[in-house]
Amino acid sequence: MEDTLRDRIQGIIEGNEVVLFMKGTKHFPQCGFSATVVEVLRRSGSEFEDVNVLEDPAIRQGIKEFANWPTIPQLYVRGKFVGGCDIIREMYEKGELEALLSAKES
Amino acid sequence: MLEPEVLEQRIRDGVGEVSHLVITDLTGTRDHWEALVVSAAFAGKTPVEQHQMVYAAMGELMAGPVHALALKTYSPESWAKAEG
Repeated sequence: MEDTLRDRIQGIIEGNEVVLFMKGTKHFPQCGFSATVVEVLRRSGSEFEDVNVLEDPAIRQGIKEFANWPTIPQLYVRGKFVGGCDIIREMYEKGELEALLSAKES
Repeated sequence: MLEPEVLEQRIRDGVGEVSHLVITDLTGTRDHWEALVVSAAFAGKTPVEQHQMVYAAMGELMAGPVHALALKTYSPESWAKAEG
């Protein structure tokens, strides 16, 4: 992956406390897994930035290499990869997601 | 079209020490799968690391044939607890 793309991804991740790389937008998710994470974030009362990978093929491919994670959606909190749909849902059910989101600086 | 046995072999070989493995075709279209994997290799690893191990075992299959792979990963200890 060229540096410019890596820098772009890094910029998005570090520029937002909570950012979700997803298919579609938070108002119009276009994939069941992405919609699930949007719903879980909404229930956790979390503000988040959404990045629609369907409109950005370079990001769509680059983010998979960046996180060594082959699927979308991908959630990042304070610059760190948290997980995909399964892990976010599991964390939410255990109350770990809200704890992570409300923790100011970890 | 992908045979479940192919997925099973990839995970057994790639993750290693797999003591329990259940593969489910979520939609009957052979591209949305769920895998429940119990392995001693997961011990001491975070959920993200455990899933990354399975995705690494799947390799290029994740770039096309498999559209979605829902994962449930356990070490033998956490699986014993989960079974209750």
